Amino acid sequence: MRYAKALPFGEGLGGAFKTNNMKSDIILAGVGGQGILSIATALGEAALADGLLIKQAETHGMSQRGGAVYSHMRISDQPISSDLIPGGSADLILSVEPMESLRYLPYLSETGYLVTNITPFVNIPNYPDIELVLAEIHKLPRFIAIDADAIAKEVGSLRASNMVMLGAASPFIDIEFSKIENGIRTIFERKGEAVVNMNLEALRRGRIFAEENR
Amino acid sequence: MQKHLFLGVEAIGQGAIDGGMSGVYAYPGTPSTEITEFIQDHPLAEERNIHRKWSANEKTAFETALGMSYAGKRAMSCMKHVGLNVAADAFINAAMTGVNGGLVLTVADDPSMHSSQNEQDSRFYGKFAMVPILEPSSQQEAYDMAREGFALSELTKVPVMLRITTRLAHSRAGVECSDVLDENQLSMPADPRQFILLPAIARRKYKGLLQSQDLFLKLSEESKYNRYEEGEDKSLGIVACGIAYNYLMEHYPNGTCPFPVLKISQYPLPEKLIKRLNQECDELLVLEEGAPMVEESLKGFFANGTPVKGRLDGTLPRDGELNPDLIAKALGKEFFQGYNIPEVVANRPPALCQGCGHQDAYVAMNEALADYTKGRVFSDIGCYTLGALPPYETIYSCVDMGASITMAKGAADAGLIPSVAMIGDSTFAHSGITGLLDAVNENSSITVVISDNESVSMTGGQDSSALGKIESICIGVGVDPAHIHTIVPLRKNHEEMVRLFRQEFAYEGVSVIIPRRECIQKMSRKKRNSK
Repeated sequence: MRYAKALPFGEGLGGAFKTNNMKSDIILAGVGGQGILSIATALGEAALADGLLIKQAETHGMSQRGGAVYSHMRISDQPISSDLIPGGSADLILSVEPMESLRYLPYLSETGYLVTNITPFVNIPNYPDIELVLAEIHKLPRFIAIDADAIAKEVGSLRASNMVMLGAASPFIDIEFSKIENGIRTIFERKGEAVVNMNLEALRRGRIFAEENR
Repeated sequence: MQKHLFLGVEAIGQGAIDGGMSGVYAYPGTPSTEITEFIQDHPLAEERNIHRKWSANEKTAFETALGMSYAGKRAMSCMKHVGLNVAADAFINAAMTGVNGGLVLTVADDPSMHSSQNEQDSRFYGKFAMVPILEPSSQQEAYDMAREGFALSELTKVPVMLRITTRLAHSRAGVECSDVLDENQLSMPADPRQFILLPAIARRKYKGLLQSQDLFLKLSEESKYNRYEEGEDKSLGIVACGIAYNYLMEHYPNGTCPFPVLKISQYPLPEKLIKRLNQECDELLVLEEGAPMVEESLKGFFANGTPVKGRLDGTLPRDGELNPDLIAKALGKEFFQGYNIPEVVANRPPALCQGCGHQDAYVAMNEALADYTKGRVFSDIGCYTLGALPPYETIYSCVDMGASITMAKGAADAGLIPSVAMIGDSTFAHSGITGLLDAVNENSSITVVISDNESVSMTGGQDSSALGKIESICIGVGVDPAHIHTIVPLRKNHEEMVRLFRQEFAYEGVSVIIPRRECIQKMSRKKRNSK
C-alpha cells in the first residue's frame, strides 16, 4: 500500500531538507474551537516516539473564543532554540480552514508547502468570497487543497476532519508514517477501537489524497 | 531521568511540586492559569494533599501563601501580570516581613496583549519590592527555577519572583525532572515580631532588606542562570534576558555567535558581568521581553557611556513581544520574509460563543437601553467584554477587575442616571463586592448586571468562588431584596428580561439583575467528560 510506505529521507519535501539534519517547522492554523491542538498532540507523540526534539507554541486565552488561532510546531533532531518559527522559514503551513491558511504566509519558506482544508468556517460577517480565497491558495507554487470535511464524513464522522488534514500533510513531514499512526492510536486509545480505526482511516485517506494531488 | 513534554506553565507546576511545595494559591488569568490546573490534576499533589483550590482574587491568594510561609511551609502564588496589581500591597510588604517557609510568586506577563488589557512588565514590581527575580529562558529553566525557588527564598529570607511571559508559558518542550523534595515541617518564625510591620519594627525590617541587597547581587553574579559567553567580535556585546536569549540563538546555532553574549535569567542585574561586557565591547544591544528595564538602567540618564541599543532607540520596537525576526533585523541579518498576506484575508477577532447566555443578556439590555442616550454601560474583565464588538456594542468600558460597578457609581454621582454595570460572577467575587457596598452606602442610582455563567469562562471554566452565593452576597452587602432579580437568559425569556431591565433602570437606587445560565463551553466539556 502506497500510504504505508515510509518516506525515504527528504523525499517529496520540495527541497526543504537540504542539510543532513532533520527539521520540520510547521505552522498549524485554524479557528478557536476547531481543535488544531489535537493535530499537534498526535504529531508530538509521533516525534517523541521517533526520538526527536520538539518545541510547540500554542494559542491559549481569548482567541480560543472563535478567533484566529495558530501553533508553531518545531521538530528537529538538533536542539531547538526559539519557541517561535522565524519568518519565511516554515516547511509547512497546515490549516484546517482555507482563509486561515493564508494568514500565516509570511512564515512560509521558499520551498515550503501549504496544506489546507477547503471548507470555510464562517463566523464573521465579512468572510470573503470563498472562490477568491481558493484562488489565492492556487497561486502558491506548492499546495494541497483538500475537502477534509467531506472525506471525514465518508469515514464516519466530521470530527475526524483534523486527522484527514494531518494525513494530507504527512508526506511533507519528515516522520515515519507508522509513527504518526501510532501517535493517533495513543491519543484516541481511551475512546475505544472504533474511534481509533476511524481516525486512522481518516489519516490514510488524507495521505492518499495528498500523494495523488501534489 | 525521564523527559516530559511540558508547557512552560506545566513545568512550573511540576517544579513547584518537586520542590516540596505545600500549597499553591492563585486566581485564574491567562497566561498563568494552567500552573494551578496542572497541580490540581497531579497525583502527587493529591497524595501529599497539597493545597490547590482557587482563591477569590490574587490578593487573597498571595496573602494566604504568605500565611503558609509564616507557618514554615513552602508556598507558591500564581497570577497574571495585572493580577499582581491586585496583590501588590501584599507582595511589596511581604518583602519587608520576609518569609519563614520558601515563598515564590510566579507572575506571567503578556507582552503584545494576546489576552490582556495592558503589557506591564512585572520585573519592575520585583525591583520595586527589592527581591530576587528569576526569568527562565526555557521550559527546563522554568522547572528548575520553580523547584529551587523555595530554597532561594529561604536563603534570602524574602519572597522570590518567578517571571515568565506568554510564549514560554504556552510553549511545550522536553523537560528533565529532578528528585522530589520533602515538604517542610510546620515551624514558627524564629522572631515572633518578624511579621508585624508596626512603624518601629518596619523601619528596622526595611534597613535589613536594604542590607540584604548585597547578598542578592552576589547570588545573581554567581547564578548558574546568568552566563557570560565569549565572542571574538567585540564591536557588539549582547545582553539577552529570559526567552529573548533563545530568539537570539536561533540565528547562531551551535555556539556560532560572533559577539560576546550575557545571558540574564536572575536579577538584580549581575554587576560584574555587565561591567565586563561594557569594558570589552564597543556597543551594547539589549534584548528583553516587556519594557526596556535593563536597557534603561544600562543607558543611564545622560547616555554618556557605551552606546546602548534596544527598544529605546528604535533598534527594536518599543512595544509588543519579541520574536526571532525582530532580533534578526536588529542584528542587520537578511532573511527571506515569506509571502505576503493576500488582501482577501479578513480579521477574525474572538466572539461570544453561539448559545452563550451573555448574548441574550446583551440583546435584552440593548432593547431596554434604547430609551436612553448611549454610553451608560460600564463593563469588566471576562468573556462579556466581547460585548464591545458588533453586533452588540453595548459596553463602554473595560478597565480592571471590578471597575464596572465603581465606574458606574462615579458616573451616577456625576449625574449620568441610570448608569449600568455589566460584570461576571467570578469578577464580582474577585473585586465587585466592595464597590457594590460603596454604591449601597450612598444609594446610588445604578443597576448592576451580574451575568452569571457559574464559571470563570475566559480562562477555561474554573469554578467561581461566588458559586451559589451571589444573591446572599448582594443581600448581605445591603441591596434591597426587592431589587434583586434572577432570570434565565434564553430567547424565550427575552420579553421578561427587557421588562426587568427597563423596570430597574428606572429605579432610583441600587438594583441587581442576575441573568444566570451555565457557560456553554463548560456545559459541553462536562458532557464530553461524562461520556
